[in-house]
Amino acid sequence: MPWLSLLLVLPVLGALIIFCTPREQDKTVKAVALLIGILETVISLGLYFSYDFHKAGLQFIEEYNWITTLNIKYFLGVDGLSLPMVVLTTFIFLCAVLASWGMSHRVKEYFFLIMIMETAVLGVFTSLDLFLFFLFWELELIPMYLLIGIWGSARREYAAMKFIIYTMTGSAFLLAGFLAMYFLAPERTFDITQLAKAGFAPGVQSLLFVLIFLGFAVKLPVFPFHTWLPDAHVEAPAPVSMILAGVLLKMGGYGLIRINVGLLPEGVKAYIPLLATLAIINVLYGAYVALGQKDLKTMIAMSSVSHMGFVLLPVAAMTPLALNGAVLEMFAHGTVSALLFFCVGLIYERAHTREIKALEGGLAACVPKIAVAFIIGGLASLGLPGMSQFIAEFLVFLGSFPVLRLPTVLGTTGIVFTAGYILWAIKRIFYGPLNPKWAHLKDMQHSYEYLPVVILVGLTVLIGFYPALITNWSDSSLLAMLR
Amino acid sequence: MVPYAWLITAMPFIAFLIIIGVTYRRPLASALVAITCTAVSLMVSLSVLVAVIGGQTAELSLKWAEISSFKLELGVLVDPMSAVMFVVVSTITLLVQIYSIGYMHGDPGFSRFFSFLSLFAFSMLGLVSANNFLQIFMFWELVGLCSYLLIGFWYDQPGVALPPPAAGMRAFIVTRIGDVGFLIGILLLASAIPTLNFNEIFAAAEAGKLNTTLLTIAAVLIFTGAVGKSAQFPLHVWLPDAMEGPTPVSALIHAATMVAAGVYLVARTMAIFAAGPDSLLVVAYIGGFTAFLAASIGLVMTDFKRVIAYSTISQLGYMMMALGVSGAVTAGMFHLTTHAFFKALLFLAIGSVIHAAHSQEMRDLGGLGKDMKITSLTFLVGSLALAGIPPFSGFWSKDEIVHAAFASGKVGLGFLGLIVAFMTSFYIFRVYFATFWGERPAHQHGHHVHESPPTMTVPLIILAVLAVVVGWVGTPWANYFAAFLSPGEHHGGGVEGFTVMLMLVSTLIALAGILLAWAIYGRRHYDIEPLAEKSPGLYAFLSKKWFIENFYYGVIVPYGAVGLARLCAWFDRAIIDGLVNGIAGVVGGIGVSLRRFQTGYLQFYALIFFAVVVIAAVYLTLFTGLSAGI
Repeated sequence: MPWLSLLLVLPVLGALIIFCTPREQDKTVKAVALLIGILETVISLGLYFSYDFHKAGLQFIEEYNWITTLNIKYFLGVDGLSLPMVVLTTFIFLCAVLASWGMSHRVKEYFFLIMIMETAVLGVFTSLDLFLFFLFWELELIPMYLLIGIWGSARREYAAMKFIIYTMTGSAFLLAGFLAMYFLAPERTFDITQLAKAGFAPGVQSLLFVLIFLGFAVKLPVFPFHTWLPDAHVEAPAPVSMILAGVLLKMGGYGLIRINVGLLPEGVKAYIPLLATLAIINVLYGAYVALGQKDLKTMIAMSSVSHMGFVLLPVAAMTPLALNGAVLEMFAHGTVSALLFFCVGLIYERAHTREIKALEGGLAACVPKIAVAFIIGGLASLGLPGMSQFIAEFLVFLGSFPVLRLPTVLGTTGIVFTAGYILWAIKRIFYGPLNPKWAHLKDMQHSYEYLPVVILVGLTVLIGFYPALITNWSDSSLLAMLR
Repeated sequence: MVPYAWLITAMPFIAFLIIIGVTYRRPLASALVAITCTAVSLMVSLSVLVAVIGGQTAELSLKWAEISSFKLELGVLVDPMSAVMFVVVSTITLLVQIYSIGYMHGDPGFSRFFSFLSLFAFSMLGLVSANNFLQIFMFWELVGLCSYLLIGFWYDQPGVALPPPAAGMRAFIVTRIGDVGFLIGILLLASAIPTLNFNEIFAAAEAGKLNTTLLTIAAVLIFTGAVGKSAQFPLHVWLPDAMEGPTPVSALIHAATMVAAGVYLVARTMAIFAAGPDSLLVVAYIGGFTAFLAASIGLVMTDFKRVIAYSTISQLGYMMMALGVSGAVTAGMFHLTTHAFFKALLFLAIGSVIHAAHSQEMRDLGGLGKDMKITSLTFLVGSLALAGIPPFSGFWSKDEIVHAAFASGKVGLGFLGLIVAFMTSFYIFRVYFATFWGERPAHQHGHHVHESPPTMTVPLIILAVLAVVVGWVGTPWANYFAAFLSPGEHHGGGVEGFTVMLMLVSTLIALAGILLAWAIYGRRHYDIEPLAEKSPGLYAFLSKKWFIENFYYGVIVPYGAVGLARLCAWFDRAIIDGLVNGIAGVVGGIGVSLRRFQTGYLQFYALIFFAVVVIAAVYLTLFTGLSAGI
């Protein structure tokens, strides 16, 4: 059974059904999207637990010649690095579909695009041929562009334009890097498993590294290429923000580990000081900018920039312990940031503002459930033990410190600033005497509001209590990759 | 019972889960669940203590995750030190929980309160039982979380000095500064020896396998964590603010959890400090200085809850000093134990006063002894223990610390200890006389006070008994406590003349402090402090807490944190993003000549790009023969 292909085809199928559904049948459209979301989640979990991590390596492989003359293949497969990302993706999309349940504007197009995007993102995480990888990489941009541009708030066109131009500029470098790799390989190929054995000279690797790094750096995002992110997040509707922070950023981190670390380790070694510096700038500068924000959503967006520094630092350190931490951090941040963006969406829906100062005033009294959900997300984000991001960051530190002492020490100070902006925001918005102008706000009441919270908190706590659920998978694959 | 020691930690967590999951809407059931589970913890703790006295120890361990052959474990370390702490923590938690039934009666957050108390006990017990650095750090952070939640418990109230959530936030962030140091210390140790297990690391340190400089630095970094949690200078500022929490929480934080964690951490990792001995000097002097600093502020506070808060900081300073001067755990751990009981007693007693009189300002109080006999009497017992009057428990432990300072040759710290002892007995009896003696101030006459209910007074009586007798296990004549905690060490042997003389001197000093307090506050009620009239400069300096908080919250936070953050946010928008848009503008300018292609629809560009890729792919798939030449 070609499970991975099924995983990729189902959302497209869903999109086609939605396409054929009459315009006025919103309910049917949503039901189809939900059904696909559930099926995808179930399949991904099935794959996850039937993957044999003792054997490590790529499994569920599907390999067919596609464009024979160019040696381009339809080549899918997953290992302990990509599987956690696949599971994360299906969960986040499921939550995003639930979070979009109240959507009433151009419902058909909206869910159509969401479905297409799910295929694209899963394609990126499962492709083992760089051409195919790039195709999916580009395919993801269009729905995202339209989702921000059509369903966004006031400055949506600016944000969407910025998103697409920025990412496409990155993609150009990525494509250049892939093509260079293709032509420089002993036997022309886009096949990642073969490129890993290509044995590029260190000089060549460092050149390729720069091209490909630029592509992924925009996506992660790495300072100074991060400014599209706050704009995109602020304008995007909440479910789209959940996808953006939850999985799209992880495509950058995944690419860095799979391609830069996996195929170009000598290239990484040539730029260790630069990478470590950028990682620390991401962590500290990101946290400081977040602390200085007036808009709650921008604050959380910048917090993503800060946390993605903890994915870049292990790339610079290149130790298995740290990279396990990076995979864990990607998964953890995926669920936690989606939870936070979801909560912000709930608040925005009710109060019609995202400005911290305007929201100020004891919201915990009128929307206690939203408050609890946000506070749990905030505590997870600041690295509280018992939740997934703590152990992720601990592993990042533990693995990076022996090789990158000063950067790691600087990185650890980030946990103070993170606590600072998160707790300060919580205090201003949720605590204190109730502001009468918010007394009318209604708490969460629908199951489609509860479910994403339950799923995301559940995953966060589950991994926090039992991180081996990820690391058992990622560890053997990363060790095999670094060998 | 030793194999079941994990139950001690697990029970409060079970209580937490039951309360939030099942009994949340039934307050009394929640209290009952919490108390039952803590009682089970206490019983297991006691039987474990008996087993350990009988010579049993154990290290239970569970593999949590193994990553790239680095093992992460969760464990329970049962040895004399943890056995003592299990009993102390579960006893005080139990009494505080019983007391809280009365104190929190009718509070809308009653169940939430008991769930947090249980979580707090779980965190502290998990910390105490840790057999490795990861676990102790995790529970260390959870202890921080619980104090954040409990200090800010009344999240919608204005508070006495500042809003409770603000106080909780300060506590979390200030202690987290220390945690960063602790974390780096752990990383440093783990980079030298690839394990986090205590016994493996200590064995390597004692065998001299690790570099002394590295151990010294690691020890100082670990101590940084303790400075945060145990409120030592310069991170002591969070603790007085923590008084915004409900008083039972203060009792718990100050006696058994949170602040005790720092002292316990240093004691637990003493092997590392001992292997890098310079670190002990840091511990000793920071401790000594903190003891003095906090006592001096305690002299002038007018809110009696704050006096006792500063007293905690000061006593923790004593404990750190003890650990530092002796390089051994007994004196510090002994004072931690005795202090836990008399400090819990003092807090619960003033809680009883606040409950009855609805004020914690001493100038609003006075003459309460007549109406609150049990509270007054038990507070007196606590005060005598704190002041160090024999045979109350505080006397024995404090005397051991001062003795250790002189014995180590650090005579300066020894004398400092005596001076602080004088200040201590003065400030605590100032509170006693001003609150319970004399007459009620005229403006309070209409308000009738009455003794608290038995749920509150019974814990007071139990604690009062303990505050007297706990010290008897560690007298210079028969120091069972020291013999139990570190059986290998030599404990005095006999009682020398110097020991007896020191006991006499310190008793006299404590009595002098009481006498002075009586002379000033015992005979009349003051609206203006005598010191403020005689020496306004010194009074202002002390009541402004040496201006340390003004510096932190007036300079560092607004400029170093918030101001800089706003600057960064501006820089990000104006410069970084401005640059990006600038480049885009230049590119756009070049594109003017290509204006014909500009349709105005943004989607158009994206679609073109994507379409080209797709068309190319389809084309090549279908007509691969034509592309053979590429």
